[in-house]
Amino acid sequence: MAEDALAFDEVDVSYLVRGTPRTVLRGLSFRIRRGETYGLVGESGCGKSTAAFAAVRYLPRNGAVTAGRIRVNGQDLMSMGQRALRSLRQTAVAMVYQDPGRALNPSIRVGQQIAEVFALAGMEREAAMAKSAEMLDRVRISDPQRVMERYPHQLSGGMQQRVAIAMALARNPALLILDEPTTGLDVTVEAEVLDLIEKLRLEFDTAILFISHNLAIVARLCERTGVLYSGRLVEEGPTRSLFEAPRHPYTVGLLRCLPRPERRKKTSRLDTIPGFPPMPGAAPQGCIFTARCALATELCRREEPPLIDLGGRFSRCHYHEFAADLPRAEAVQMAEPLVPSPSGPILTIDKLSKTYRVGDQALKALREVSLDLEAGETLGLVGESGSGKTTLARSLLGLTAADPASRIVMNGRTLPPRIGARVPGDVKALQIVFQNPDSALNRSHAVRRLIGRAIAKLSGLGGAALKQRLLALTRSVQLPDRYLPQKPRALSGGLKQRVAIARAFAGEPKVVVCDEPTSALDVSVQAAILNLLADLQASQKVSYIFISHDLGVVRYLADRIAVLYLGRIVEIGPAEQVFAGPHHPYTAALLSAVPDISGGHGARIRLQGEIPSALGPPPGCVFQTRCPRKIGPICETEEPALNEAGPRHAIRCHIPPAELMEARD
Amino acid sequence: MSETSAAPTIVPEITVAQERRERLAQLLASPTFLIGLAIVAFWSACAIFGHSVVPYDPYADDMLNTLLAPSREHPFGTDSLGRDVLSRVITGSRDILTVAPLATLLGTLGGTVLGLLMGYSRGLLDEVLSRIVDALLALPTVIVALLALVALGTSKMTVVLVIAFGFAPIIARTVRAAVLTERELDYVAAAKLRLEGPLHIMFAEILPNVAPPILVETTVRLGYAIFTVATLSFIGFGIQPPSPDWGLSISANYGLIGGGYWWTVLFDGLAIASLVIGVNLLADGLEGVVNG
Amino acid sequence: MARFLLKRVALSVITLWLLSVIVFTAGQVLPGNVGRAMLGPFADQRAVDALNHEMGTDRPLLVQYGDWVSRFVQGNMGRSYAYRAPVAPFVGTALANSAKLAAVAFLLVVPFSLFMGVVAALHVGRPADRIIMVAGMSATIVPEFVSGIILILIFGVWLKWLPISATWPAGSGLFGQLHHLLLPSIPLVLVLFGYIARMARAGTIEALDADYTRTAVLKGLPQGTVLWRHVLRNALLPTVSVIATQTAYLVGGLVVIETLFHYQGIGSLIFIAANKKDFPMLEAGVLTVGCVFAVASLLADLIYSWLNPRIRYGAGE
Repeated sequence: MAEDALAFDEVDVSYLVRGTPRTVLRGLSFRIRRGETYGLVGESGCGKSTAAFAAVRYLPRNGAVTAGRIRVNGQDLMSMGQRALRSLRQTAVAMVYQDPGRALNPSIRVGQQIAEVFALAGMEREAAMAKSAEMLDRVRISDPQRVMERYPHQLSGGMQQRVAIAMALARNPALLILDEPTTGLDVTVEAEVLDLIEKLRLEFDTAILFISHNLAIVARLCERTGVLYSGRLVEEGPTRSLFEAPRHPYTVGLLRCLPRPERRKKTSRLDTIPGFPPMPGAAPQGCIFTARCALATELCRREEPPLIDLGGRFSRCHYHEFAADLPRAEAVQMAEPLVPSPSGPILTIDKLSKTYRVGDQALKALREVSLDLEAGETLGLVGESGSGKTTLARSLLGLTAADPASRIVMNGRTLPPRIGARVPGDVKALQIVFQNPDSALNRSHAVRRLIGRAIAKLSGLGGAALKQRLLALTRSVQLPDRYLPQKPRALSGGLKQRVAIARAFAGEPKVVVCDEPTSALDVSVQAAILNLLADLQASQKVSYIFISHDLGVVRYLADRIAVLYLGRIVEIGPAEQVFAGPHHPYTAALLSAVPDISGGHGARIRLQGEIPSALGPPPGCVFQTRCPRKIGPICETEEPALNEAGPRHAIRCHIPPAELMEARD
Repeated sequence: MSETSAAPTIVPEITVAQERRERLAQLLASPTFLIGLAIVAFWSACAIFGHSVVPYDPYADDMLNTLLAPSREHPFGTDSLGRDVLSRVITGSRDILTVAPLATLLGTLGGTVLGLLMGYSRGLLDEVLSRIVDALLALPTVIVALLALVALGTSKMTVVLVIAFGFAPIIARTVRAAVLTERELDYVAAAKLRLEGPLHIMFAEILPNVAPPILVETTVRLGYAIFTVATLSFIGFGIQPPSPDWGLSISANYGLIGGGYWWTVLFDGLAIASLVIGVNLLADGLEGVVNG
Repeated sequence: MARFLLKRVALSVITLWLLSVIVFTAGQVLPGNVGRAMLGPFADQRAVDALNHEMGTDRPLLVQYGDWVSRFVQGNMGRSYAYRAPVAPFVGTALANSAKLAAVAFLLVVPFSLFMGVVAALHVGRPADRIIMVAGMSATIVPEFVSGIILILIFGVWLKWLPISATWPAGSGLFGQLHHLLLPSIPLVLVLFGYIARMARAGTIEALDADYTRTAVLKGLPQGTVLWRHVLRNALLPTVSVIATQTAYLVGGLVVIETLFHYQGIGSLIFIAANKKDFPMLEAGVLTVGCVFAVASLLADLIYSWLNPRIRYGAGE
């Protein structure tokens, strides 16, 4: 029998942090057979990337494997000398990680970077270059010779990742480690890279260790999956059965947190996992999940369960047979669903355009976007990078001035383009929750000041009234009082976002723009934040403009959805209709690119090529260069209008809505 | 959700006051900082109390005892006017330790305000000021100071002003670069969204975040201020006779070293070197805490 | 790329123009009555007027500035008050002499400090790194005349290994000249060392921690290849501009070193002119220093952008 491609045997890894060792992986054991694809999932800080770097013996300076054995292709990694390790890395194991733009050397041409691998194998220059071109061809790069002449910064993110994959597969390694390879890429690009990985997996007989926070991707690609929690493997098994019938309360909780199609804010809340994971390196007695587990008993607190063999799969839970019955952390029913009152729009955007100057060229980030928003309504704004969704948010708030012909009307008053020229009442009524709380919260100020100052300036309160309002506000975002004297860096990502939300609500706003507020958060935290936003909407009667690239999240929260592509609205309509169809071909592609947790996925609609630059958008319909349903020359010459496809539903396409509906399957 | 590095981020729950105490403890645990502090404290004590403890009057000529080699009575020897070198070295720190810190302080204040304005406004003001700063930075501070001192005449006050004027653009450039990064962060937008004015945003929101690099830069600048004052004194445009200033003494006596009267310059030289190195060690310790 | 070049050259021209205004202001506006400043408070008013008229310093300031700049651009730097002779030849000779001294210092300091910076980076956080950096920064901040004096005492007076004057006897060969320039160049080397080494260290650490270095190591490349091909190429790029800006600080040191070692370069020219209040000479010297700096930093930017494909080949497609 052939050796396993990778075997972890009771591995401990610890980091030295300010002189104290902290164990971030404890007793990790798993093996990947030859040619097998193994998924390792978990939330941030669970140690999954540490496992990946341990598997290639490339831990950060302060990290070390302190116990156990790691074998790659049957060879013991830890006892290996430098020379043997180098030759192992040359031939047997390769790795691809997040952010391909940084993984490639910025000052060496792409071709030479790949050829280096072949040169190392003793190949002549010419032959190495030829082999490199061949590799690029195998990762479906259509013009290898041209790409080889490029520097990495001249390629798009998707292309860069293909190059990195080509480089990794060059020597046909026994083991390929993919560490969040598509995180940070656009949805449609991500789908393409995943397709590619799926195909290459069959072409090369390489075993894959696939590390991801995204359960749906793992469900789609991996044969077996391990779930990591706080440095411990808590469950492992064949992917399908693990996701269909999880046997550990953590896995159960994690799967329940995902926004699913049947869940909508009007009818139900999302599940969350209460509490926080233990600090990395903390070693509580008993089961590590006890503190957050609704099934936990005295036994769990006293005794850590072993990895129990359930016949081909394993669970580290004393009560694995009851895991599926884990009580829900949240009341499922909404307290009082808010129905948008059709009293006329509170906010109207009319032909909003924004042009930036780049050298002598005009970059049209937004082109004549028109929208309106009812009181208490949530408008989901969906688009990939370059779609203009963040520019729309910033122009709306007056942080960047829109082009002169644009009009923003709120409560019947036209707002000046710049925030400085707006009256205080209007500024107060229109607030935002930014994407990245690390950037949005001043790191020099304590939480009390961050929120207090906003209350003082926006509601004019002072003294005891301010104090009272501050406490009421922090409680309404479920931020414990003990965090008030702390600076943001002492808070977890979810807590920071709660501070940011409290600040946005300090002046009792009418409209809050949420710019990807959960994209940097783990799913369990994301669910809690989405619940909070839904609760606040119900109690404060605010309207949201909710920007996201994640259709699942948008589906949960939005009443209406607008899809943006290259600065234009290509489709807008009630959420149900946008999901049910007829779809704009781009919306259809976006929907089909979303991986499904059930593992299966319908026919994928593939998009050709990359998103064009807004500096030189294609003539005619901006989507024509990638459209799978292009009907003819009219698409290249004439920009379609937003045609009505149903009540309040419009699609910017030359194909009539009825036909778009028909061809859906 | 994405782990950018494999190392875990360990989030300690500490309050603002605890954080301050922790920083101080870190500082006091840094050997370079402590050594620097000891040296600077020693010379500061000499500057303040030196005149009342020295064995001889540092200004008194003694024409019968010129250029005596170091001995029991004169451990560092005497200079060409018969003055006791030890007494002069000890009291020689007073002028330089008045002029250099004052110049640094003024330069830092001016440079910080200038840098904040430039970085935050970014428009024409920034463009114009940046060009002027660039032009000034094309010349070493010593040359700028020399030029100005020749034109204005030398006095302690002009030396202070001229060095401050030379340092302000350097500080301004550091501050501006930091402000340019900060102003793109969303907390600045958030401040605008709660109707804060530009002055509040510059001084209450941005300044606290750029203060640590300014503090480090200021300490580094103090070292260079001492460097510059000493150099100016050496070439005759800094502190003026009959001060026992170190640079001035070296200037007056270095012609004698060919004749073997090394003690007239060596001790002053070592004094300058120890002072600037001390300040530099302080800066190094501070930087370690600020960036680490 | 062409755009970038044009913009960069325009910036240098503006910098030089502003510099000329600053120098002119310092040299001819601030002193007030130049004739009086030269002849002293007790000189006869008529003599002062006559001198002012002779030097042209009684004309309106703008006229004086225009005249001065246009002459300067044509290579006519005016007449020295002190020597009553054209300034240009003095400046030319002095510049050539200083260039020799500066070249020796640069040839010593650049390879040495780059090497030490990289060594420190490879041992980051360990004693070797701390020693190199603390010693380097300490060397940087000791004034040149102090290290110069100590070096003269040790190598010139006590050990008698090297001459204490930088001026070589007439007819000295290359080796003889180097022999005389070695000691004066060491204080300059010390002052520049810390800064360049620090930049080299920072760049190297950044490159060592970069993802692309990880990629190179995980490809199984030998350590040497990783270091040369992947790390240093990216690490030392920013150091190029640092080295150029350091030329300006080198000249600051020349004023002192050339005085201390009796060497007739641009530094001692400025020093003598300053002491004699010879404003045309002083202005010419200072402006020349500014020009050298402007040209050096322009060159550095060109080299940097040529070496950096991100600038050479613009953004993505």
